[in-house]
Amino acid sequence: MGKTFAEKILARKSGRDALRPGEIVTVRPDRLLSHDNTAAIVAKIAADLVEFGPARKDMHVVVLDHVVPAASEKDAENHKAIRRYVQRYGVEHFFDVGTGICHQVMVEKGLALPGDLILGSDSHTCMYGALGAFATGIDRTEAAALILTGETWLKVPESIRIDLSGSLSPGVTAKDLILSIIGRLGADGANYQCVEFHGAAGLSIDERLTVANMGIEMGAKAAAFEVDARTVEYLESIGVRRDGYEPVWADADAEYSRRLDFDLSTLGPVVAKPHTVDNVVSVEEVEGTPVDQCVLGTCTNGRASDFELAASILRGRQIASGTRLLLLPASREVLRRAIASGAIDALLAAGGTLLPTGCGPCLGAHQGVLAAGERCLSTSNRNFRGRMGCAKAEIFLASPATVAASAIHGRISDPRKNLPSPFGRGAGGEGRGKRG
Amino acid sequence: MSKVWKYGDDINTDMLFPGKYTYSCSTAEQILPHLLEDLDSSFAAGVRPGDFLLAGKNFGCGSSREQPALGLKAVGIEAVVAKSYARIFYRAAVNQGLLLIECPKAVEAYREGDEVRLDATAGTVSVGGQSFAFPSLPEAILAIRDAGGLLPYARAKLRNRA
Ligand code: SF4
Repeated sequence: MGKTFAEKILARKSGRDALRPGEIVTVRPDRLLSHDNTAAIVAKIAADLVEFGPARKDMHVVVLDHVVPAASEKDAENHKAIRRYVQRYGVEHFFDVGTGICHQVMVEKGLALPGDLILGSDSHTCMYGALGAFATGIDRTEAAALILTGETWLKVPESIRIDLSGSLSPGVTAKDLILSIIGRLGADGANYQCVEFHGAAGLSIDERLTVANMGIEMGAKAAAFEVDARTVEYLESIGVRRDGYEPVWADADAEYSRRLDFDLSTLGPVVAKPHTVDNVVSVEEVEGTPVDQCVLGTCTNGRASDFELAASILRGRQIASGTRLLLLPASREVLRRAIASGAIDALLAAGGTLLPTGCGPCLGAHQGVLAAGERCLSTSNRNFRGRMGCAKAEIFLASPATVAASAIHGRISDPRKNLPSPFGRGAGGEGRGKRG
Repeated sequence: MSKVWKYGDDINTDMLFPGKYTYSCSTAEQILPHLLEDLDSSFAAGVRPGDFLLAGKNFGCGSSREQPALGLKAVGIEAVVAKSYARIFYRAAVNQGLLLIECPKAVEAYREGDEVRLDATAGTVSVGGQSFAFPSLPEAILAIRDAGGLLPYARAKLRNRA
């Protein structure tokens, strides 16, 4: 009988031959990620670090991104403590304020490679499955123990296989795909499971990153895509050679707990209504709902292709008065590309506000916090009550195309009715064609 | 009699501990005043050691934030009994030594005012006099619990290595 992606990769990382779901193995991850929570992590083991030192200097990746630049004296002290730890213990991979959101930085810097096992003290660590890594979130205490020992336990998960077919229609994006999947499976539909996406050759790397990023929103332990020509080409573009990694993928006859099919051509734009991510409806159902704030960006949809898609809709237009549009590029690299392509200029001309690269309003700690009764439409991945800082505000989730179209009208709008055409405004759509 | 705090399905980490405090509060002392703030504003002041928390499916979903598990352990919650748990929260509870019981039947059996009791050695939880068995934990997890949480466990391992 064949093996799943999860069974194979965990066998490799635990030095075991064959594993079955439910077995518990000891693994040595290739990377451990933490961000602004690093100070709290290392505070737990301050004395142990003096006594034992870190297990490995090349394992821990530290990215300052959650509250950057520091919004208060307390945040500044937090960042300072992290820089001190990095210096003192010679952490090899440190990215200071402004480099970008940790998950995008991991990918761009070639720190998340096919066949890698990556643990991160952040739930959206599952994003690197887009590149064929097995990546999953852990808490701070476990990150602390990992720094010291370099190893931890993992239960071999069962897997869900999702087969994709067809291609997305204009105005419909990978965000609509993953929201549709979560809507069908539910917020715990993939709990403890690894979700494998098959038939994804038509999706760009950016699109795969968006899909894998949200695996956790259906409870998945990991999400994974097969390494193909597009993955290899992407990695080459960031300077990682083909001999620098060893891909793993499921056997054709592997066993799954569940199998689902999604025909991309049948999907339309969707929106996740408050206050759970699986509360997914078609855009038509909420069309016309007024929005106070639109957020374009985050680790889910903050890449250059996302800004280019939004710019193609907003170019030459203005956002509605009474609505604000926050632009949150996922990294400095992304920002530079989106500046070079003219996307940022178009979005600023339309009335957007550019925020520093980082998590910004996504977690409600600073920048773009909502007031009671306000409604936000965001390309981020969570609409939980209180997520953007106020429990009496509402968050709707959608694609960059839907957010851009809605910013024009100040109301949730169908992106398909707002797509540009090469011959002027109206029908047709180049939006998706441009995505890398 | 210990009190029972009962909540519904898909209780996420933002409800258990709002994200806006995540970088300013990491010790038990700092966490406790905000525990369950956006879910039940009476919890933080009313909870007592030995109380139980009952919940529906997918308890603890959302972020990788450990403050909910750390806080619930620190206030002395005897055990959380839920229909199911989100995986990062489950690990966080193991790491803190907080007992999680997965037992949908016990949750369904509960009626307002019922007494909940735990018999950890027998592996049963009783709700309003009705007893329910819950599965025992895998050895790897028991070892962490017996050591008093993940960090003491890791320290012991490192000392043995040296
Ligand atoms: S952008 Fe939002 S979801 Fe992504 S890492 Fe930052 S806080 Fe988390």
